[in-house]
Amino acid sequence: MTIPGHPGAEAAYDGNLMAGPLSELFALDVTVAVVRCRGCGSSTEVATLRVYGPDPGLVGRCPGCDDVLLRVVRTPDAVWLDLGGVTSLRVPAPRVAPAGDGDESART
Amino acid sequence: MDFVTRGFQGRPRGRDERLPPGQYLTGDFPVLSAGPTPGVDHDEWELWVATEDGTRHTWSWQELMALPAETVTVDIHCVTSWSKLDTEWRGVSLDTLLADVETAADFALVHSYGGYTTNLPLEDLLDGQAWVAYAYDGDDLRPEHGGPARLLVPHLYFWKSAKWVRGIELMLEDSPGFWEQLGYHDYGDPWREQRYQGD
Ligand SMILES: [Zn+2]
Repeated sequence: MTIPGHPGAEAAYDGNLMAGPLSELFALDVTVAVVRCRGCGSSTEVATLRVYGPDPGLVGRCPGCDDVLLRVVRTPDAVWLDLGGVTSLRVPAPRVAPAGDGDESART
Repeated sequence: MDFVTRGFQGRPRGRDERLPPGQYLTGDFPVLSAGPTPGVDHDEWELWVATEDGTRHTWSWQELMALPAETVTVDIHCVTSWSKLDTEWRGVSLDTLLADVETAADFALVHSYGGYTTNLPLEDLLDGQAWVAYAYDGDDLRPEHGGPARLLVPHLYFWKSAKWVRGIELMLEDSPGFWEQLGYHDYGDPWREQRYQGD
């Protein structure tokens, strides 16, 4: 997926390539996570990052400004993760009762 | 001045003897990139060397071209396991570039256009072991292979031979580069299979 003339136009892959190594780290599906770029402030789903690699490692860049947002390296005995380019990573998670709300059904 | 050296290979050896452990031979020249290929015009191109006390030395493209060049034929070894034998490069030796640079540094952090970095001991850049190369196989070095100019340090894994080189920071302490921060070896000797930290 390349868009001529846009940052990351040469990236051969998108963020779905990161699903494998990231699934070893996270219990939740990180490809649907949203990262916020430290450089330009834009929010992007991990699956739509411009990804370079797969060797020596996966480099996910911001579709807005081309900064490096996250990097993953799978060595024979470890997964290395760099999230230095993002201010936050929001991962959709199973719904839980809001803290301190108690049991709603007991009050009705 | 123009001379040909057989770069850091010693006596002729058989094919297998020239292949480090865990490597296979390729006739291709695979392209590995951590980002988009930066387009740098010769007019804007500049190479700098900065020492530990902040002194900066710079060369324009024209100044680089005016320096004595060498043509070297070397074997290159990528950490992703391919090796390529008898590759021919032309460029300026780091011995030439660093001849007038006064430093007490033991380490270098190499910077590229596009933001890539890689670290190595300064002594591995000296004594006929490293070049700023601007031609490959008789032609201008193509952008996807690091043109206009890349570092060439063939005795270490090829990620140390930074594409699109723009500067060399000389330092008293070692400081990990782009891949070295994320699990790759600080030195990267292919003959000792130093691919990852701890190898
Ligand atoms: Zn950005």
